Amino acid sequence: MIKFTNVFKAFPKGGLALKDVSFHIAKGEFVFLTGHSGAGKSTVLKLVFAEEPVTSGEVRVSGFNVAELRPKDVPMLRRRLGIVFQDFRLLEDRTAEENVAFALEVTGARRSTIGARVMRVLTQVGLAAKAQAYPRELSGGEQQRVAIARALVNEPTVLLADEPTGNLDERATRGVFQLLRDINASGTAVLMATHDLDLVRQAPYRVIELQEGALVYDSVVDEPRDQAASP
Amino acid sequence: MNLTIREALLTFRRAPLLSALSVTTIAFSLFVVGLFGLVAVNLQDALRGVAERVEIVAYLLPGTPIETITLAEKDIEAFPEVQSAVYVSEDSALARARGELVEFRDVLQELERNPLPASIELKLKPRFRDVQHVNEVADRLRGFGFVDDVRFGRDWVEKLDRLRQVAAAVGLVVGAAFAVVAIIIIGTTIRMAVLQRSREIAIMRLVGATDGFIRRPFLLQGAIKGMLGGLVAMGLSYGAYVLINRWLIQAAFFSRAQALAVVGFGALIGLFGSAASVGRHLRRV
Repeated sequence: MIKFTNVFKAFPKGGLALKDVSFHIAKGEFVFLTGHSGAGKSTVLKLVFAEEPVTSGEVRVSGFNVAELRPKDVPMLRRRLGIVFQDFRLLEDRTAEENVAFALEVTGARRSTIGARVMRVLTQVGLAAKAQAYPRELSGGEQQRVAIARALVNEPTVLLADEPTGNLDERATRGVFQLLRDINASGTAVLMATHDLDLVRQAPYRVIELQEGALVYDSVVDEPRDQAASP
Repeated sequence: MNLTIREALLTFRRAPLLSALSVTTIAFSLFVVGLFGLVAVNLQDALRGVAERVEIVAYLLPGTPIETITLAEKDIEAFPEVQSAVYVSEDSALARARGELVEFRDVLQELERNPLPASIELKLKPRFRDVQHVNEVADRLRGFGFVDDVRFGRDWVEKLDRLRQVAAAVGLVVGAAFAVVAIIIIGTTIRMAVLQRSREIAIMRLVGATDGFIRRPFLLQGAIKGMLGGLVAMGLSYGAYVLINRWLIQAAFFSRAQALAVVGFGALIGLFGSAASVGRHLRRV
């Protein structure tokens, strides 16, 4: 599903962001990506959705060889992925429904099918009643649910989430996390970058920890720790 | 395609102020080009009117047989430069003189013998009304044995030539300068519209939109803005034309084709301005 083999990533001015990172995430897995800010969590995700080029090593994502992907194939890769960010990244001048439909429209989905698919995912994230609301009329948790609905509407095989609960209060965090668990339960792999260790401890999922760009702990490979992923 | 049109039109609703600003900016840029165009069109009309009067007259030796003249007239009319060649006999020359020179009517009336020679009057086709061609035709006319003398206003044709060259040079330079300024202003305006939506573009890319898909609504929207700007510019130009006509001088307006050209120019700048801005933006993000 997602396979990193000896991956290095250097930024022109920032030095090495990833050093010899290797891991393999199987279909349907739920994986936490942890570590301090600047440890390389976001960089890993950016390599997965080809936002940044790989410096060396191999990155494979659901059949795509990302390191050698041609620019024109990048959109095809992203249509297989769902991506969620800390800052939601919704379009302010469109309703929840339109924001979700947007992701289908850009892929050239048939107009007649869009409405039903959008309502189905909005129902799945529990926001069917607020389909007509604009992002500014929604709470943070609700906005993140819209973003998740947008990520799901293309029926991705992997959901990437970069600090999805970073801007949310505790209650909204629990709600969004539960939603991600439900999504995973229905078969979608989830790769979630977070530094919220309470969240990590709550669930029995695999943990990959980065430190200064190097993979320092992977719970399926290494000995289980007493205190998972303590930084 | 459907979606492209919808997205392009939605921009006008979502960002009405910026859209109106773009159209207005484009309109005024093109209005300046249009005003200059009006001056050019009118100057050209005036010059054409003057050039109408470029005429060559070949005076014929007295006693030339009418058959020879008729044949020659046919020959001369067949010159590629010549638009028309008209034979004026001694008698009609006198009749015309009587009609035109009213002050001398009595003198002309009392003449015993007609002092006026017969002639062939030539008009050249518009594009040959310059010194070089007038000279060539005059030389050729002198070659006919029965032609006594060839006259044309040499100084005058030369001055007309100079005037035309100056007008063309000034028109080209100033027109190009105005067009470049318009292109820069319009390009900047469109770039603003693209930057305003950079967030949207980033999100579109995130959910897997192709560059072509992202680009198309911008191109359409740019072309529409350019076209609307062109139409408004034409409206403003027409207003200016009406005012000038009423208060200053009798002027001409653009032909339909010229007006369409200005509107089309606007649409093209809008289209290419958008293509450049979006292209640059997409490469950078």
